[in-house]
Amino acid sequence: MKIAICVKQVPDSWAEKKMVSGRLDRESVDAVLNDLDEYAIEEALRILEPLNEGEETPEHSITVISMGPERATEAIRKGLSMGAHSGILVTDVALQGSDAVSTAKVLASTIKSGGFDLVFCGTESTDARMSVVPAMVAEILGWAQLTFAGSVKVDVAARQVEIVRMTDSGVENMSAKFPCVVSVIEKINEPRYPSFKGIMAAKKKPIENKTLNDLGISASELTAWSEVLDSQSRPPREKGVKLEDSGEGGSKLADYLLEKRLV
Amino acid sequence: MTKNLVLIDHDGTKVAKSASELATFAKRAGNAIGVLLANTGTGDSLATQLNGTEFERVLVVENDEISRYGIAAATSSLAQIIEKESAESVLIASSARGKEIAGRLAVRLKSGIITDAVDVSSELSTTQSVFGGSFTVKAKLKTPLSIITVRPSSIEPSSSSANPTVEKASVTIDDKDKLVEISTSQPPVKGGRPDLTEAKIVVSGGRGTNGNFAEVEAFADLVGGAVGASRAATDAGWYPHTHQVGQTGKTVSPQLYVACGISGAIQHRAGMQTSKTIVAINKDPEAPIFDLADFGVVGDLFAVLPQAREAIKAKRS
Repeated sequence: MKIAICVKQVPDSWAEKKMVSGRLDRESVDAVLNDLDEYAIEEALRILEPLNEGEETPEHSITVISMGPERATEAIRKGLSMGAHSGILVTDVALQGSDAVSTAKVLASTIKSGGFDLVFCGTESTDARMSVVPAMVAEILGWAQLTFAGSVKVDVAARQVEIVRMTDSGVENMSAKFPCVVSVIEKINEPRYPSFKGIMAAKKKPIENKTLNDLGISASELTAWSEVLDSQSRPPREKGVKLEDSGEGGSKLADYLLEKRLV
Repeated sequence: MTKNLVLIDHDGTKVAKSASELATFAKRAGNAIGVLLANTGTGDSLATQLNGTEFERVLVVENDEISRYGIAAATSSLAQIIEKESAESVLIASSARGKEIAGRLAVRLKSGIITDAVDVSSELSTTQSVFGGSFTVKAKLKTPLSIITVRPSSIEPSSSSANPTVEKASVTIDDKDKLVEISTSQPPVKGGRPDLTEAKIVVSGGRGTNGNFAEVEAFADLVGGAVGASRAATDAGWYPHTHQVGQTGKTVSPQLYVACGISGAIQHRAGMQTSKTIVAINKDPEAPIFDLADFGVVGDLFAVLPQAREAIKAKRS
């Protein structure tokens, strides 16, 4: 079984962000592996590790796929240090500022050329937060979409995946035959920290670099369909009242809320 | 007049609040037409609930395969209706399911998509609040069909004295959209409290609760609010992850946000800084949450909250 994991390098969600002419200024903030993708890597590792147990050369493998600038290699490397086997990075100047559909097209053709059975993803990236790429990848590939999984069961012999989908609309049990696109929610597992051994081993694992040309995609297929008319930073909030609680903080808070008719 | 379709969200028996909100945006841009994807025999009772909304027509598709095969089948159904109606836009509520249908639709119909709009103009241009409300972006799609998902509670719905005309429509689901089979589904377990993203008041707890949410919950219940939590609190397992407010959790924009024992790291601010009024209680006078707060109390939440609760109760009686 071959599993692909789609990951994204994003600005650190703990850092302040800036915008330049309607786009996120990615140079000014630290770039990290999207937190939510770590759950996908962890889940795939938990599924494959028992299957590979005791094998000299693992029969089942995990490939971390990303689209992004060269520095996105670091995000892939983090996945490799957690235990994934190899990586593919698609870099192309034509991909700068790509929208979700273009991203999904690039990921889908990378997946198609790799002979994978399953794709694992996080539910969204913490920067764009659209939460549409896994569904789009499934649509483009014509594969089964099993997304927002709170638990995943893979039956390798039957080539079948069963998930429990958990969203605000409720809980659903669903299943499909390979090939599938699976996205996992945050509470599914606790991602491991890469061990020292894992970090050292990751340095020797292969990362293949691809361009749009290698994937047979022409830049003209990737035109953005939206146009930013205007972008503005939110004006700072007006300075409020701050008081020290010297025994009456609660009553004063109550007065404020009642006076403003907030409660 | 542009033809604007709205995918009506429902749980099988009850139409979601978003339907009348999206009808209001659709009407603003031209004709408002609702699309109801339902199980056999349930269409009429769902359609009746749309009386009084801005919809002029409601197209009812009764087909059990849609709920059985899920998102791909819903996408296919909606795509067929869009093509039959030659619609210029389709508006969908920004839920996990709504956004996934919108995403697949964008690929299938080669059309532009905008997610999480908080406003849609008469020209179908959108306003989005991005990076946790730090920026407001106005955008427009360039394709003949605009696919837009809209956040709940973005507009106060307007009403109409005329009831919509209800029409039956049919669709065919191909095998390629039947790859996933749904065996069981249960609606969400609703507690007594309002939904986080729809609540007018949200009371949240963070590291300062030390795992004890009793005071946060008691205050929320007194004021009829929802309970939220910072990532520190959900990561520690103190409160369910579904209640997390922040960059990696929910984005809320209530009338009143009460942050209790939350320092206010950007992670959290990104999920709540567009709230109308922000109140903060924190022991640390330097906590960044005070930069956002309209009213801040430097103190122990376990002393401040019960006292505030008693004072509100006393005033009310």
